[in-house]
Amino acid sequence: MSRSLVTLVGVSKAYGRTVAVNNVSLDVGEGEFVTLLGPSGSGKTTTLMLIAGFERPTIGEILVRGESVVARPPEKRDIGMVFQSYALFPHMTVFENVAFPLRTRRLAGPEVARRVDEALDAVRMPGLDGRYPRQLSGGQQQRVALARALVYRPSLLLMDEPLGALDKKLREEMQSELKTLQRELGITTLYVTHDQQEALALSDRIAIMNGGDLVQVGSPLALYEHPATEFVAGFLGDVNLVDGVAAEVASGLVRVQISDGPEVLTLGGLPQAAGKRVRLTIRPERLEIETTGLAGPNAWRGRVREVAFHGELVRYGVEVQSSIVLRVTRPFRGQDTLFAVGQEIWLTSRPDDWRLFA
Amino acid sequence: MRPRSSWGQALVLVGPALILLLAVYLYPLARLLALSLTGGADGAVGLAAYRRFLESTVYLGVLLRTFRISLVVTAVCLVAAYPVSYVLSRVGAVTLRTIMVFVLLPLWTSILVRSYAWMVLLQANGVLNNLLRRLHLIDEPLRLMYNETGVIIGMAQVLLPFAILPVYASLRNIDPRLHTAARIMGAGPWRRFWAVTLPLSLPGVAAAGLLVFVQALGFFIIPALLGGSRVITLAMVIETQVVDLLDWSLASAVAMVLLVVTVVLVVGFDRLLGLDKVWV
Repeated sequence: MSRSLVTLVGVSKAYGRTVAVNNVSLDVGEGEFVTLLGPSGSGKTTTLMLIAGFERPTIGEILVRGESVVARPPEKRDIGMVFQSYALFPHMTVFENVAFPLRTRRLAGPEVARRVDEALDAVRMPGLDGRYPRQLSGGQQQRVALARALVYRPSLLLMDEPLGALDKKLREEMQSELKTLQRELGITTLYVTHDQQEALALSDRIAIMNGGDLVQVGSPLALYEHPATEFVAGFLGDVNLVDGVAAEVASGLVRVQISDGPEVLTLGGLPQAAGKRVRLTIRPERLEIETTGLAGPNAWRGRVREVAFHGELVRYGVEVQSSIVLRVTRPFRGQDTLFAVGQEIWLTSRPDDWRLFA
Repeated sequence: MRPRSSWGQALVLVGPALILLLAVYLYPLARLLALSLTGGADGAVGLAAYRRFLESTVYLGVLLRTFRISLVVTAVCLVAAYPVSYVLSRVGAVTLRTIMVFVLLPLWTSILVRSYAWMVLLQANGVLNNLLRRLHLIDEPLRLMYNETGVIIGMAQVLLPFAILPVYASLRNIDPRLHTAARIMGAGPWRRFWAVTLPLSLPGVAAAGLLVFVQALGFFIIPALLGGSRVITLAMVIETQVVDLLDWSLASAVAMVLLVVTVVLVVGFDRLLGLDKVWV
């Protein structure tokens, strides 16, 4: 990772007895795109506000290029920010909105005009300078808000659920544009969202927050494949959860006896697990459905309970035990025939696709 | 809901107020208009009363003075109201309620009582002059009443709540996230005020100005008590015509002129900014 731009060191924020952010330490490198991901109330927006300077940490340090900024007001932090509500000035035209931060910095008129044009071009919004925000669609307003946050070339861009108010199709379109723009400009970006798909698609690294704690930080791939906790596994993508007792550990493999059910062989993870109650997770797309098979630890007889056709994929609910229904996702490539409700099938999995949590 | 039944419902709900307005407002107004058109010799129908009013330099002077006083009162009210409204828009609920009681208190006090209270304060031997003299700030008493100054002071005090409330409403309606955005973009307190707060509150200021100005045009008791016989306003002319000179048609004509000016102002405001801004 490159040189770090923003560093949080043991930052906590309490409101009375409520702890909104609890002992968070995080490093954001120059040019990096880091996403704070978590459910509502997890402290991600508060963390953003602490970095922006609208809140002061109860304890902890916030450093920018190694220098403490805790005592610096927001207007002196050289940060650009995009809000979910856009927060465009309703009494100013698109041009005046984007020019606002430049005029605040007392740039000369021709320079202002040149930079505003440049910024509006970058977000693909040329030719609408004279419009008022209310005359623009949600997506256009979002672009103007982005241009306004970028036009003064801040060292850090903060985005608080910037695409949250857009519909699904437009949101996906904006995601890829946002990513391209961020990479072209090389601007360090801290992004807040509760949408895990968005976090996976955009980020260099994701920081998962829950109840004020920073639970895990890592690349989207690392987090998806090696979640540190059951919460991360469940929050980032979809998982099946089953309870069982770890039976034996041999050559890196753990044999888990599912409560009144079949056995699973998994690839280690928890030392001295034998005899302990554990929880297993597996992602729906890692389970295979076969029409024939041999009974064994990772090959279970089951019956299809639900079928839902989604176009590019098919979602099944497979009952392997009266109390255990596993979700299975299979890609759909056109020729495949769908399994039918009530059909007897075999469910197979590989030991290294299971995750073991205490 | 089906449109037909909603129309019926609307009529039932609005009905009583509509009947009341027709009976006590529109009918007398129509009579007034009729009276104002009977100002000729022997009550002949025509514009004679209007001509008498508009051709008299005395009456035109009164019209001009009424406008001038109303304008000054409006300006004084807006300048005094803005900071109060600004504070109101930024304090917590408890402080807000406390200040609001003091803003509204004058509205619940009789205007007559308040006028006499101002006389006690402002007259040559009044509280204010005595205080200033005792502090040796003045030798001669300031002439604070029986002139336009007194009228303006009294009217501004009475009308101040009508300026504070619309300005407060427009300030409160400004999205706080606009300030957050302005701040992160580098704008300090003054820049935020001039570029964001002030322009976005101007509709409220305009609404407040309209409310105060229109009411000030028709003020009677305060000019009569604090202005004495030196500061004659349109409302006092009407009163004199009716009570002393029994010239009902001239009084009606003056009232109609006042009404037309008010309607023109209100309609003009609605065209420019929308009347709903007065109440939001």
